Amino acid sequence: MRRIPVTHNSGGLSLFKIVKKVVLRHDIKQMDILAPLVARKIKPGQFIMFRVDESGERIPLTMVDHDPEKGTVRIIFQEVGKSTRQLGDMNEGDSVLDFIGPLGKYHKMTGGKHGRIIGVGGGIGIAPLLPKVREFQADGDEIISIIGARSKDLLILEDEMKAASSELNICTDDGSYGHKGFVTEILKQKLDESTNYDFVLAIGPPIMMKVVRDLVKPYGVPCYVSLNTIMVDGTGMCGSCRVSVGGKVKFACIDGPEMRGEEIDFAEMMSRQTRYVAEEKTSMERYLAKEGK
Amino acid sequence: MDDKARKLAGIKQKEKTPMPEQKAKIRAHNFKEVPYGYTAEMAIEEAWRCTQCKNQPCVAGCPVEIDIPGFIAAIQQGDFREGINVIKRTNALPAVCGRVCPQEEQCEKFCIRGIKGEPVAIGRLERFAADWEAEQGEADLPEIAPSNGKKVAVIGAGPGGMTCGGDLVAMGYDVTVFEAFHDSGGVLLYGIPEVRLPKDIVSRKTDYLARMGVKFEYNMVVGNVLTIEEMREQGFEAFFVATGAGLPWFMNLKGEGLNGVYSANEFLTRANLMKAYDPKNYDTPTWVGSKTAVVGGGNVAMDSARTAMRLGSEHVYIVYRRALEQMPARNEEIHHAQEEGIEFLLLQNPLEILDDGEGWVSGMRCIRMELGEPDASGRRRPVPIEGSEFVLEVDGVVIAIGNGANPLFIDATPGLKVNKWGNILADDKGRTSLKGVFAGGDIVIGAATVIEAMGAGKIAARAIDEYLSGKAGDWSPELGE
Ligand SMILES: Cc1cc2nc3c(=O)[nH]c(=O)nc-3n(C[C@H](O)[C@H](O)[C@H](O)COP(=O)(O)OP(=O)(O)OC[C@H]3O[C@@H](n4cnc5c(N)ncnc54)[C@H](O)[C@@H]3O)c2cc1C
Ligand code: FES
Repeated sequence: MRRIPVTHNSGGLSLFKIVKKVVLRHDIKQMDILAPLVARKIKPGQFIMFRVDESGERIPLTMVDHDPEKGTVRIIFQEVGKSTRQLGDMNEGDSVLDFIGPLGKYHKMTGGKHGRIIGVGGGIGIAPLLPKVREFQADGDEIISIIGARSKDLLILEDEMKAASSELNICTDDGSYGHKGFVTEILKQKLDESTNYDFVLAIGPPIMMKVVRDLVKPYGVPCYVSLNTIMVDGTGMCGSCRVSVGGKVKFACIDGPEMRGEEIDFAEMMSRQTRYVAEEKTSMERYLAKEGK
Repeated sequence: MDDKARKLAGIKQKEKTPMPEQKAKIRAHNFKEVPYGYTAEMAIEEAWRCTQCKNQPCVAGCPVEIDIPGFIAAIQQGDFREGINVIKRTNALPAVCGRVCPQEEQCEKFCIRGIKGEPVAIGRLERFAADWEAEQGEADLPEIAPSNGKKVAVIGAGPGGMTCGGDLVAMGYDVTVFEAFHDSGGVLLYGIPEVRLPKDIVSRKTDYLARMGVKFEYNMVVGNVLTIEEMREQGFEAFFVATGAGLPWFMNLKGEGLNGVYSANEFLTRANLMKAYDPKNYDTPTWVGSKTAVVGGGNVAMDSARTAMRLGSEHVYIVYRRALEQMPARNEEIHHAQEEGIEFLLLQNPLEILDDGEGWVSGMRCIRMELGEPDASGRRRPVPIEGSEFVLEVDGVVIAIGNGANPLFIDATPGLKVNKWGNILADDKGRTSLKGVFAGGDIVIGAATVIEAMGAGKIAARAIDEYLSGKAGDWSPELGE
């Protein structure tokens, strides 16, 4: 395949090297990828897109951490489709072909000095929530975090979230750890106790964000979410990522991914997320067959 | 035949020498280029239709002023090398332009042979000369001036940026092209499909520029990863912004968010750049309905319709609110689309896209139109006919009504002035409100043509040279609103 050597973005290499890989939970993996220019610029809430190889798709992932000195960007992903599975099968020392970022709007959210914020993270959504929470903490805000997973063995970043929050609440669907039930149950308790919060930030599966948004609304507290819609370019060029917000078309990749949740048409968004379910399944089967898995 | 006999035969021949192409029935189901191009004999025959008239009206019709009679004269003599060299003096992408320029609006429009019969097939001859050169192996590099050590950044590797980069490198500048995608070509790569423009042609051009010394940096979303200010700190002294018109318009119709509704950009990018037409070998998925409506009447609409058909849609409709004569697409594309069985629903406009109850498209409610008074563009304005609504049964919709200016780079570049549509304001040399920053192509003029973007790249290259060699005077561009 023809490829003119790229120099800058990857720090003198034409590929983007995986310098560290950690398996957090069986199919949830963390990687630090060498991409100095991205590492220098990326901010909490922004995302990158990667493409494993020439035949790969472009997949967006929100940044979890970055180290401008080492030139690395940390991502955490669950192997849900062929591309994330393929990335997950790669090891330290391997490289991906493309790594593009920072993408998305950086949204400086803060409650001001001594603000009060609730952060809600569900499943893999805890990963992008972490840098936001850290930023709030650095700003001197009081931050109550509520994180949830299906069960204890799927819960990630507990220690990191604990260190970055003023208070950490944990929920599991099956009750194997923390509160048995959904994050929204704890959220409701908190809001019933007080509505003195600057805003709620919820990142997780669309259904969780929708439920949080609906729950928060009557309390009159602003609610932000981070949208992970299906993307192609991530630069506003295609409209694949579009969502309806108050009847207007918005592009998650350039207007978001973080947005006020109040007017988002979540029903449409969730339906759009199912567009390629069949195609993705075939692609995964083909990959597994090829790899002899 | 001697020259005299050929000349006579050429004058007698009222119509263009036909160009062989794949049969409509077959090509509608493959992704290979449609026309095969002229053979050497056909090219010479067609070249002799040019009378080498004194006035050369064709040249004035060419946005980059190719010496058309000059290159055709060389083809008449079978000197194809000279032919291509004449073209390359003013056009860096002849293989592309020969295929995608709207010749009927430009050079061929003014050809005197067109008065009684068809004009000389200038586009086909240009294509022939370029393809001939490619067959001879690696193209000769132009003369490249000794390096002057001055660094110029080009932002966007579409036809505008590539042209500007090539010209500047030839003048001795140290040029880096920064491209957001993982490869260069811009719309030539992600928009225009293989059937009209084989991607090999685009990559050959990139290789050629790289051999000339242009550096390419991919995956670089300028504005986000690097700003103009930071690039200045890195020693870049001038900039050419050619980021194209990449922000698809939607129609604000009810149901536009349904599954099965695409912007043309998304539909074509999935198919072309990400190669979704080859699901066995590429991972990016796409979806096509059994009946597809493409809304719009430009080249983008034709490309989308023909792509939908090739992806397996059984019925493909072009839904256009004006009449056939007013379609902005190239004649050849309209003709090819019709031949391939794409149905044209003219003077019709969508009102709403209907939901099948599960979030997918089940139809498109449309209304018939008639032509009223001319509007600002001089075209007769289509007005809806009351009570003429109907439902078009489709399960896929592609919106191909055009693109606005992408805000990403502009938002990250304080002080860069834009008009009310978000297009960068630039004077006739490409100078913007920021010193040392030039702009051109679709990001300035709105969605236009390949050749206009190239023309803007050429002008900017010259202006950048003046600016960096201190011959330009003050930076005081006259910018409109
Ligand atoms: C489907 C389709 C069919 C067409 N058919 C024809 C035709 O037949 N004939 C014709 O003459 N014209 C046609 N056009 C129009 C023509 O392609 C454009 O006018 C032309 O490509 C514009 O060139 P450009 O260099 O200004 O921009 P583009 O070709 O749009 O290139 C811009 C480049 O800049 C990159 N970029 C954008 N933002 C950034 C950033 N922030 N940082 C770095 N890079 C960035 C983009 O990724 C892209 O590669 C067609 C257009 C489309 C979409
Ligand atoms: S992903 Fe293409 S516009 Fe957002």
